[in-house]
Amino acid sequence: MSIDLSRRTALKGMLNGAAITVGVPLLDVMLDTNGEAFAATGAPVPVRFGTWFWGLGVNPSRWFPSKAGPNYDLKPELEPIRTLQSKINVLGNFTVPLDGAPNLPHTSGGPAIRTGRALTADRGLPGESFDVTISDQIGTRTRFRSLELSASGDPRNSLSGRGGGNLNPSEVSAAALYQRIFGLGFKDPNSATFTPDPLVMARRSVLSSVTDQRAVLDRMVGAADKAKLDQYYTSVRALENQLDVELTKPEPLQSCVVPKAARDLPVNAEIENVIVSHKLMTDLLVMALACDQTRVFNMMFNNGASSLTRIGSTITHHQLTHEEVLDNRLGYQPNATYFLTKIMEAWVHFVSALDAVKEGSRTLLDNTLVLAHSETEFAKFHTIDNIPMMTAGSAGGRMKTGIYVDGIGTPVSRVGLTLQQVMGVPLDKWGTKSMETNRPLGEILA
Amino acid sequence: MSMTRKFRGAALGLAGALGLGAGLALLPAAQPAAAPTEVAEFSGPRIVAMRRITEAQYRSAIADIFGPDIRVAGRFEPVVRPVHEMLASGARDASISPAGLEQFDAIARVISAQVFDDAHRAQFVPCQPADAARADAACAAATLAPIGRLIYRRALTPAEQAFYVKLAGDAAAPTGSFHKGLELALSAMLVSPHFLYVVEKAEPDPARPGHLRLDNYTRATRLAMMLWNSTPNEMLLKAAEEGKLTDQAQLDAIAARMVASPRFEAGVRAFFGDMLLFEKFDALAKDPVIYPYFNQDVAKAMPEQLLRTVTGHLLAKNGDYRALFTTPETFMTRSLGALYKVPVRHASGWEPYTFAPGDDRAGLLGQAGFLAMYSHSGRSSPTLRGRAIRELLMCQVVPDPPGNVNFTAVQDTTNKAMPTARIRLTAHNTDEVCAGCHKITDPPGLSLERFDGIGAARLNENDAPIDAGGVLDSAVFEGATGLGKTLAASPDTTQCVSARALQYATGLGSEAVSPWVEELDKQFAASGYGIRALFLKVATMPETWAVPAAPLDKGASHVTMASTRR
Repeated sequence: MSIDLSRRTALKGMLNGAAITVGVPLLDVMLDTNGEAFAATGAPVPVRFGTWFWGLGVNPSRWFPSKAGPNYDLKPELEPIRTLQSKINVLGNFTVPLDGAPNLPHTSGGPAIRTGRALTADRGLPGESFDVTISDQIGTRTRFRSLELSASGDPRNSLSGRGGGNLNPSEVSAAALYQRIFGLGFKDPNSATFTPDPLVMARRSVLSSVTDQRAVLDRMVGAADKAKLDQYYTSVRALENQLDVELTKPEPLQSCVVPKAARDLPVNAEIENVIVSHKLMTDLLVMALACDQTRVFNMMFNNGASSLTRIGSTITHHQLTHEEVLDNRLGYQPNATYFLTKIMEAWVHFVSALDAVKEGSRTLLDNTLVLAHSETEFAKFHTIDNIPMMTAGSAGGRMKTGIYVDGIGTPVSRVGLTLQQVMGVPLDKWGTKSMETNRPLGEILA
Repeated sequence: MSMTRKFRGAALGLAGALGLGAGLALLPAAQPAAAPTEVAEFSGPRIVAMRRITEAQYRSAIADIFGPDIRVAGRFEPVVRPVHEMLASGARDASISPAGLEQFDAIARVISAQVFDDAHRAQFVPCQPADAARADAACAAATLAPIGRLIYRRALTPAEQAFYVKLAGDAAAPTGSFHKGLELALSAMLVSPHFLYVVEKAEPDPARPGHLRLDNYTRATRLAMMLWNSTPNEMLLKAAEEGKLTDQAQLDAIAARMVASPRFEAGVRAFFGDMLLFEKFDALAKDPVIYPYFNQDVAKAMPEQLLRTVTGHLLAKNGDYRALFTTPETFMTRSLGALYKVPVRHASGWEPYTFAPGDDRAGLLGQAGFLAMYSHSGRSSPTLRGRAIRELLMCQVVPDPPGNVNFTAVQDTTNKAMPTARIRLTAHNTDEVCAGCHKITDPPGLSLERFDGIGAARLNENDAPIDAGGVLDSAVFEGATGLGKTLAASPDTTQCVSARALQYATGLGSEAVSPWVEELDKQFAASGYGIRALFLKVATMPETWAVPAAPLDKGASHVTMASTRR
């Protein structure tokens, strides 16, 4: 709060004067020797948080390791992660107790993991998703509070929001994502000069006065509309913050390299197109993180009832999981599994892209914590216990990695609790009813 | 309770200070639930609903206010549809996320930069600023007050007007431009909750002490949004200012003029687009290997053909709603002609077309848009079609498949032993768990099997002849024509569209409007099932303008995500 005030005061000063040009120090002296802090200010290197979602689960016996603990065994469907295994935890055998609420196919599992609550009707998020709680903690000073991305289209393909009519829509086009992050309003942290834009200053003061009008409306509304107004003003504050960041000289960042504009792709769920779209979005996201434009992200590779298609196939990934005959010789559905193979390759691409960016002696992946998960265990039967999950990265050394955690049938909300605690959210318990828990995953806490 | 009292006192003081009168005493949010005595105390306006405007409403509002040459560029946060309900009811739940507001802000800046650029400012700035490089409060007020009235859908209060004039002045100084100042003030109006939400207010009903009714401005906006899918125009705002819209006779006359106006077509299109889930067309994809005739031109023309059939029949011909399921008349483009295998004379544009009796194309359900939407990406689906017929056109709810169902019995389309969908589904339905729902959906859907996954006609599937016999409840029939006749004769279809019209107008859910449906349907019947009569009735029935004395609802605590249904 005091930071906000000083910023406002500073802005008022700037508004009355002309644009200022500020020099920045040289790049090679920016980080301390360990890469854990900025040399100039001593401020710690930011830790980021994100999720990576895929729909329709796995073939459990071909994916989950048999042996809990470090150096877990890799089954065929998890084989692609081999080179990154030391940085990835696998989480299995957690349950989603619904306390009598129906298991809505492809709909109940995802929100349960994200909110620690059971859905009671097919109307979406039953409460605030933990990525939003975490962004309240770590995402308030970057230009974007969080970035939501869907590689297979549909802005409604999202599991992030505050509940109560609020869902953060996903960006579906890499070209539009580029414009949003690196287009107008982007300030290169490594630029030699910094010139605050007087128009942005004026817009900033316009926005803060919009909030001043709030009291009048607040007094006339009922509870449901009050909640909507609260969310609206939260969004206004996020936008104000975005402008504050554009008006503040950014910390220089060694690993920030402004990418080239992304090309325009069709937006659809055809698998080859989705793979390209995911790659383009991943590249932009990695630089958005390296350039500290955001510290929280949610990537949806496909949707819950996956609408992925493959040229020449008459039905989608989702229908294949239900309708394709189990091949007796192989023991699984080969055409449905084709999509799973592509999904795991995409996940490896994603993690590798984070790991390729150096931040001092660490990598961007090391300074990040990503939870990857699906919405179902085995899609053919819509099972939601033992939903496959992974974490990647160590959140700047706060988590152990390379471990298979066997949940032994405990509620999946333990995962959400652990992630939030690692990211600094002050919580001692999380979830509701049978999913309420105060037991984080001790095995992977550093 | 004592805390509540204190809060109320403070609120009153502030309201007075803001020059907004003493009418804001009621604090619904702070009250213990629904005490009817609170209503008796109530003496000022109260917000009873906030409905997010849709992309289409936003666009037509800007075109109406500033002219069609002002470009609206950007992506809109989608309003999410509650399952089995109208988008209009989702709009009542919709909040605005940070990413959504960021987009609304970008769109607003594009608009206001155009409105006050050299080419347009003369239209909107009625005065010369004393110095174009500095603030000019008088000229800013003369510009912003009339624009604000159109954007807020009511006159700005003196406090609001002063606020925007000051804002324009404050922004003129650092930018060194009077017009930049106006531009920023307009941007602020366009991201205001008063514009992004349709704010519905209630006032005490003098005819029924202790009850509330929607006020004049709320009525003006609801009429404009419901009937014209746009913002209220000068006629409506003036009628509201003069208090005409709470007078039943004047309300009747104005609504009658509105449904007779050519602008009613935009309203009818928006209504059917909502009722028939047209947002699904954004994601319609077909396998290009299996369906070479499906391309972007065809994809765009499909929903337009449905809407042209609807407006051509219901408006141009004043047709009977029930005949929408049987009419052979429609409109064609060259690219659709290839799909339907019919000749189309003009290389571009639309032309009327009447199907021959033997084509078995009857009404909306015989059109490619419906048939393709309720199919898989590579094959037709009697189940999806049957479900859509029941849910969209008859307002019946078909249960979801159970969570643990085994679908193995459905064989793939290349299985030579099971060449047609009817045979495959029969095999699937040997499983009793599945049969329960498929008995509801498949028998009507199977009558459309002579149309493939994009709606092209066929007689065989995998070389086996297709049986297009259908059953809907107690009716047995043949093909799309038989299905159309059955739907036209079913009381469920007219009750369904009546219920949808009520939900569309009020933003309420199916349950809330259900007490009014039967009576409305009777009046719809008496009018010969004309769409103008239906909407005129909805727009004028006192029930839709009344506000229950208790708070309307606690608000949904959920929002539907990307639909997982097919």
